[in-house]
Parts: sequence; structure tokens; C-alpha cells
Amino acid sequence: MSVEERDPLTGHKTTGHEWNGITELNTRVPRAVWWAIGITHVWALIIWILLPSWPLITTYTKGLLGVDQRELVQGEIQAGQRYRAYWEANLAAASLDEIRGEQALMDVVVASAPTLWGDNCAACHGMLGVGGPGFPNLTDDAWLWGGSDEAVLESIRVGINATHPDTRVSEMLAFGQLDVLTRDQIRAVAAYVQSLSGLANPNPEVRAEGQTIFEVNCTSCHGEDATGMNEVGAPNLTDEFWIYGGSDEAIFTSIHDGRRGWMPAWEGRLSEAQNKILALYLLDILPDAQ
Amino acid sequence: MINNLTVAERQWALVVLLVGGLIGLTMAAVGAGEPFGAHGFLVLFFCAALFFPVLSRLDEPEPSPHAGRSYYDDPIKVGIILAMVWAVIGMFFGLWVAYLLAWPDLTIDAPWASFGRLRPAHTTGVIFGFGGTALIATSFHVMQRTSRARLAGQFSPWFVLLGYQLFVLIAVSGYLMGVTQSKEYAEAEWYADLWLVVVWITYFVLYLRTLARRNEPHIYVANWYYMAFILIVAILHIFNNLALPVSWAGSRSYIVWSGVQDAMMQWWYGHNAVAFFLTAGFLGMLYYYLPKRAERPIYSYRLSILSFWGIVFFYVWAGSHHLHYTALPHWVQTLGMTFSVMLLVPSWATAANALMTLNGAWHKVRDDATLRFMMVAAIFYGLTTFEGSFLAIRGVNALSHYTDWTVAHVHAGALGWNALLIFGVVYAAVPVIWRRERMWSNRLIEWHFWLAVLGTVVYVLAMWNSGILQGLMWRTYTDAGTLQYPFIASVLAMNPYYVARAVGGTMFFVGTLIGIYNLWMTIRQAPAADMVADHPVSVRDEAGERGVPAE
Ligand code: HEC
Ligand code: HEC
Ligand code: HEM
Ligand code: HEM
Repeated sequence: MSVEERDPLTGHKTTGHEWNGITELNTRVPRAVWWAIGITHVWALIIWILLPSWPLITTYTKGLLGVDQRELVQGEIQAGQRYRAYWEANLAAASLDEIRGEQALMDVVVASAPTLWGDNCAACHGMLGVGGPGFPNLTDDAWLWGGSDEAVLESIRVGINATHPDTRVSEMLAFGQLDVLTRDQIRAVAAYVQSLSGLANPNPEVRAEGQTIFEVNCTSCHGEDATGMNEVGAPNLTDEFWIYGGSDEAIFTSIHDGRRGWMPAWEGRLSEAQNKILALYLLDILPDAQ
Repeated sequence: MINNLTVAERQWALVVLLVGGLIGLTMAAVGAGEPFGAHGFLVLFFCAALFFPVLSRLDEPEPSPHAGRSYYDDPIKVGIILAMVWAVIGMFFGLWVAYLLAWPDLTIDAPWASFGRLRPAHTTGVIFGFGGTALIATSFHVMQRTSRARLAGQFSPWFVLLGYQLFVLIAVSGYLMGVTQSKEYAEAEWYADLWLVVVWITYFVLYLRTLARRNEPHIYVANWYYMAFILIVAILHIFNNLALPVSWAGSRSYIVWSGVQDAMMQWWYGHNAVAFFLTAGFLGMLYYYLPKRAERPIYSYRLSILSFWGIVFFYVWAGSHHLHYTALPHWVQTLGMTFSVMLLVPSWATAANALMTLNGAWHKVRDDATLRFMMVAAIFYGLTTFEGSFLAIRGVNALSHYTDWTVAHVHAGALGWNALLIFGVVYAAVPVIWRRERMWSNRLIEWHFWLAVLGTVVYVLAMWNSGILQGLMWRTYTDAGTLQYPFIASVLAMNPYYVARAVGGTMFFVGTLIGIYNLWMTIRQAPAADMVADHPVSVRDEAGERGVPAE
């Protein structure tokens, strides 16, 4: 059908075509549309003149502003560094005690530590640093490698069983798997270990057997009194804090299969200033937060 | 339905299914024990499930010679039902993923049930299963009605519709088995991609042949949109998926593009999948069903031409806005940004053209939920394109990228525009195709409408809030110049929004189920209508036989 009609409602003519009952009005394109086309095109033109935009054969139009995203990013990174420069160098140079003494620096530590901790350490140690099975609680006084400023800084810097050349190395031997101890012996010594922190009260025979086994096999690392040895990262077995757990099963597994905790080295990934912020967070801020 | 095929077509179908079955068997044999072999069995079963019904009716009589003069609606019926089946499957996965983000333990301990596999099952299920099948079914409807011509042939429509189903089945089942190319919206592996090329070219040829038979002097604008959709998706699909299989007996392959070229190719594809799959094809739907339902002329023919060429031209430049602030050279990003903003005008002109078409029919919008579905879809289309152009500006993208703001934008489009439009179109088309007076229950359409709109609004508002909050938390600094929030704090802050999104998604899903129930009851119980006029008549026919009932 090809009869032009007039739409009674709008007064516009139709194009005269009809498809399955559908017709089209021949309404002119509203002026607002032409304006919008004009404005967006002018805007695009201005952007093209100002910014890198059109490809040429071997290069591209650089734009009057002469900007490039790589340089922009470099610039922003440097600006950020300049902004932090006032405290970063000071922190890196000072000892932890010196930092503790200077309120301005401690303010920086307080402000930036939670995020640094949350983004780097919380995945293993938890937001509050209390750890979980396999990951030690860092807010207590039971340190594997010592709780002095230097020891903590060093633990963070080189990691434990990590890839750093100076990494701390520690291992709980797999006494069962290596056939050093039988399963019964392990049960005995496990019971003895539990008795040290009052978790279990085995009968005297078993305890004596366990104690003998312990004195022969374990004291070299865990110490005569089983209170651990920071030099080899062996934990204190007489306190209430456990890395892997104090249940029969967990202790049996620790002794039978051995343990080899892994903590990444942070040197190269965190700056010296950041390392100090975290150490202070661990030593001063987190324990108070509990 | 099979009886409506000629005996020659039935034979031809048997041959094709036999070849397909043999290919499946071969795949199953060479890939035994691997996902490739599982896909072989899938192909085999798919072909067998079609082969035997056809075989058992091979000796039925030829269809009546009159049938050839009516519209061919059988594949449209099946297509609409399949689209709704995919809606349930795809949205079920979407809902699962949404609940999983709110309650991370809400899954079972199996590889296929992990987030990374469920998510592409969702996106592919809804976009390609639900959206794609609806596009194919409606295009068959629109091309016939606006050309006043029957589909060209009875075999190829089935080949396109069912072949496409096989593609989506292979794709979705593959993701659950871990088969993926890791290119978003193009995750399907090389053999599925090859198969889609065959199906898609058949689709395009079918469209051209049907248009060539048209009894109208002009081609209606909806057909331009559908053809742009088919043609450009073919080109995008082929270039983005060029890959070398590691072996002909396995599901691994390597894409020929690498590095930043691969990224650019991927997002050129990805963005234009949005442009031509979720926009151009759907505009084809809108341009037919909306004026038809409103019984109003298109507001402006000139505006539709202007917008068509504007959309087709500008969209193909815009893909690089997905790669702002990446290794992609700055100049490409500038081009993508500027073309995205220029794209806003034809997009809005289209939305305006649709809404202005409703002038004089607003009382119908008030009373008729079916038309209201389409109207709200057009509004969401306007909203989404405005938001898209805004997000494409580099400075804005710096805030929105990687956040839930993108997800909000996606679902404003996918739920508000694509899904609502499909529902409106289904409610408009089903009575026509099944020759019913009306849908079974208008009350249920109302319920569906409000659940869908409310669900969309809740979903989108939740994700806007969460996205902007996320973006701001990531860029807030302390006075010392260090980051204010650890990443995990932003994750925790998302939780309430994820819960809200799950609620919105549930509403949307329930609405969909109501819609399907209504559709089922319409097919079974709604009163039949006398629609003798709904069949092609050419000037030549008009004098002779009229009133041959469709089908
Ligand atoms: C991949 C998990 C992981 C991450 C991340 C991690 N740690 Fe550790 N960390 C451990 C484990 C495991 C241990 C205990 C190793 C062992 O059992 O021998 C440990 C031990 C430590 C110790 C020594 C504790 C002691 O008792 O002597 C310190 C200090 C420490 N971590 C600090 C940090 C800091 C600071 C960060 C963030 C920069 C961090 N950790 C990140 C796993 C991790
Ligand atoms: C080579 C040194 C070494 C010897 C010998 C050794 N241990 Fe250990 N043990 C360690 C280290 C180091 C750890 C901490 C492992 C870690 O944190 O990953 C540890 C951890 C443990 C734990 C787990 C503590 C917890 O908090 O969960 C138990 C229990 C234990 N040892 C018991 C024993 C017993 C019993 C013996 C003797 C049979 C023994 N160890 C011998 C080094 C040793
Ligand atoms: C019941 C309704 C739906 C729910 C609950 C839902 C939920 C989701 C969820 C949770 C995600 C993942 C977001 C993330 O990873 O953070 C997602 C992604 C997506 N969904 Fe949906 N969805 C629904 C319907 C749809 C529909 C109908 C479509 C398309 C027509 C769609 C298209 C997409 C797309 C394209 C993505 C990927 C977005 C991106 O990568 O940015 N969804 N959906
Ligand atoms: C003028 C039109 C549009 C423009 C300019 C546009 C622009 C954008 C931009 C800038 C992004 C974010 C890219 C990023 O930061 O990663 C995006 C994402 C997206 N948009 Fe649009 N958009 C438009 C319309 C639409 C429509 C109508 C839909 C229909 C559903 C849609 C679906 C999507 C999807 C699925 C994504 C997510 C892609 C991903 O997985 O990352 N867009 N769009």
C-alpha cells in the first residue's frame, strides 16, 4: 500500500508505506537532535585536537596538550611519593624507639598501619593478628623468633622458610614418617607435651615414658624445659598458645608428619618504612586493640 | 509439526542429523574420557533425539499444498518456548551466583559448582540462550509479517533454531566442565565456534532469501536492525575467535591474537556483542512489536533512519572504552571515549522515537501491561545508554571500572531493557502465533510486570551504591598519603548490597516463572481466535485465493 495519509493525532503525514499494519510518520528530525549531534561532535573535535587520538601511518596525532597516559601515571606516582616523602625517609632512618618517641611519626604509623596490615598480612594472620590453625597469634607474648624490635623486623624482612637468601629456616621433624618414633611412642610424648600446659593428666607411667622420649629427641630444639628456642623458631610447648592446635590429633600430626610453617619475605615488596610501620603495629598497637 | 515438512525435507533432515550424529560419535570416540568426548555424546544424543521422531513420521502424507501460502510459524513457537526455558536456566545460574556473592558457602564442593564456572554459565545462558533464541524466534516472525512472505524454505529455519541450541548447549555444558577460551562472552571453544559460523551463515542467507520474496516494495526498518545484528555478529565472532586447536581431538586451542591486540580484539567483539546482539537485534524487536501493540504509527521515519546509521557507525569504534588506563595506547582510548559519547545521540533518538510513538496510546500503556513492558524497556534503554556514554569517559571510568557499577550498568540493560522487552514481545506474539484471543491471564501479566520492574530497580540501585562505594573506598587516602581502606574492608562493605541484589534477582526470577505459567496456560486453555487475515497476500493472490487460514 502506498497512500500518503495524515495522522489525525499529530497532523504529520505518513510515508505512505504500510507493513502488517505498521505505518511511519514522516516527522522531521527534531531540532534538539541536530543540536545534540552538533554539541557532541564539537566536543569530540576539541578532544581530538587536545589529546592523542588519530592514527597516522607510523605515528598518531599527539594533541596540543602533549599528554600521554604513561607520563601521566609516572607523574602521579611521583607526586604521591613526594607527598609521603616528609615521613618516609624519617621513618626509614629512625629506630623503632626513636619513632615511638616522636608523635608526628607515630601518627603516620597509626593512620597507615591498619591498611598495610589488611592488604598484606591479614589474609594469613587475620585482621586482628590473632592467627588461626597454622598461623601464629602475633598479639601474644609467645614469639617463635623473639619479640624484640630487631627480631620482629628481621622476621618480616626475611620471612620464614621463604625464598630470601637470609630467610629464617625452621622445621619440626616428621618423627613418625621418618620412623624415628613409633606411633605408641608418639602418643606417649604427645601426652607428655599436653601435660606440660595442663591440657591432659596422663598416668605417671605414660608421662614418664613421654618425658624420656622428649628428653632424647626434642630438647635440642624445644629446650630442656620445653619453653622453646628463638634461635631455631621452636615454639614454647608449656604455654596455652598453639600454632597448629593442642588437641590429641593436632599434636599427634605435628609430631608424626612434622610441620614447616611458611611466611613470605617482605624485603623488596615493602619499603623499610613500611616494615617498621608493621613492626610497630604488631608490637604496640595490635596488643592494645585486643 | 514434523508432518508439516515435506517428505523431501524430512529426508534431508534425516541426512543432516545422521551426519551430525556421526560427527558426534567420532568426537566421543577420539575424545573419550575428556570433555571433548562428553561433547561428542551431547552432539550424538541431540541428533538422535531429533532423528527418531522424524524417522517415525517419514511415511506420513505430504502437507496440504495450501500450507505453503500461509506464514510458517512452527519454528517460532518452538523458539519462544526454548527462549523461556533458557530464561529459567540462565537466571537460575545468575541467582546462584548472586547468592554465592552474598553467602560464599552456598555451593557444593564440586569443581563445576564453583563461582568461576557458574558465572559464564549465567552470562551465556541469558545472553545467548535466552536473548539469542528470542532474537531468532522473533526475527522469523517479523521478517515474515513485514515482508508479507513466508519463510524461505522449511528446513533452514529449523536448522538455524536447533543448530543454535546445540551451540549454546555445548558452550554452557563446556563451562561447567572447565572448557573455556577465557574470553568473556566468547568462552566457547573452537569446535563450538566453528559450528556457530555454519549456523549463522545459514541464518543470514535465510533472512536474505525471505526478504527477496517480499511482497512489499520497501524493507521495514526492523529488518535493517535484524540484518545488522546477524551480519556484524558474524564478523565479530569470526575475528575474535580465530584460534588454533592444540589437537583435533581435544578442547584446547590458542587464540591467534596476543597481548594488547588480543585485548583490543576481545573488547571490540565484547562491546559490539552488546551493540549488535543486545541492542541492534532488540531494536528490531522494538520497532515491530511496539507500534503494532500500540497501534500507532512510528513517530518519525527519518529519525529511525538517522539513528540506525548512527548506531551502526558509532558503535564499532567504541570498544576501546573497556580498556581505559591499560597497555592500550592512549590514542585508541581517546577515540573509544569520543565515539562512545557521540553514540549517545542516536541511542537517545531511538529511545525517543519509541516513546513518542506511544503518543496517543498512553491510555493503552496504563491498561495494558504488555505494552507497558515495552515502554519501560525503552526507558531503561535510554537510561543504560546514557550511563554507558558517561562511563566511557576516562575520568569516570577511573572510578567505575572493576567495580559493581559496571554490573549495575549491565543489568540495567540486561534486565530493564533486554529481558523486559522480551517479556513484552512474548506476551504480544504468543496469542498471534498460537491463534489465541489473548493471554490466559492479564492479572498474571500485571504481577510479572511489577515483580520484574521492582526486581530490576532493587538490583540496579544496590549495585550502583555498592559500585560507587567500592570505587571511593579504593581511592580514599589518609592525611599521610597512604590508602585509607584495606581491600578486604571494601569486600565486607559490599555484603548488604549483595544481599539486596539477591532479593531483587529473586523477585525478577519469580516474575519470570509466573510468566512461563501464564504462557503455558495460554497455549493450553486460552480461547482460540479467528485470525484468517494473518497470512501473506500478494497483489497477485488477492484476486484469487484469499482466506487460507495460516497453518
Ligand atoms: C602466606 C601467609 C602469611 C602472610 C601473608 C604473612 N605471614 Fe607472617 N607468618 C606466617 C606463618 C605461617 C608464620 C609462622 C611460621 C612458622 O610457623 O614458623 C608467620 C610468622 C610471622 C612472624 C613471626 C612470629 C613469631 O612468633 O616470631 C611475624 C613477625 C610475622 N609473621 C609478621 C607478618 C607480617 C608483618 C606480615 C605482613 C607483611 C605477614 N606476617 C604476612 C604466614 C604469613
Ligand atoms: C629440629 C628442631 C625440632 C625438634 C627436634 C623438635 N621440634 Fe617440635 N617444632 C619445631 C619447630 C621449628 C616447630 C614450629 C613449626 C612451625 O611453626 O611450623 C615445632 C612445633 C612443634 C609442635 C607444634 C606446636 C604448636 O604450637 O602447634 C609440637 C607439638 C612439637 N613441635 C612437638 C615436638 C616434639 C614432641 C618433639 C620431639 C619428639 C619435637 N617437637 C622435636 C622444631 C623441632
Ligand atoms: C535473575 C536475574 C539475574 C540475576 C540475579 C543476575 C545476577 C548476576 C550476577 C550475580 C552476576 C555476577 C556479577 C559479579 O561477578 O560481580 C551477573 C553477571 C552478568 N549478568 Fe546477570 N543476573 C540476572 C539476569 C541477567 C540477564 C537477564 C542478563 C542478560 C540478558 C544478564 C547478564 C549478565 C552479564 C552480561 C553479566 C556479566 C557482567 C560483567 O562482566 O560485567 N544477567 N549477573
Ligand atoms: C551508548 C551505549 C552504551 C555505551 C557507550 C556503553 C558503555 C559501556 C562502558 C563504558 C562499560 C564499562 C567498561 C568497563 O569499565 O569495563 C560498559 C560495560 C558493559 N555494558 Fe555498556 N554501554 C552502552 C549500552 C549498553 C547496553 C544497551 C547494554 C545492554 C545490555 C550494555 C551492556 C554492557 C555490558 C554487558 C557491559 C560489561 C562488559 C564487561 O563484562 O566488562 N551496554 N558499557
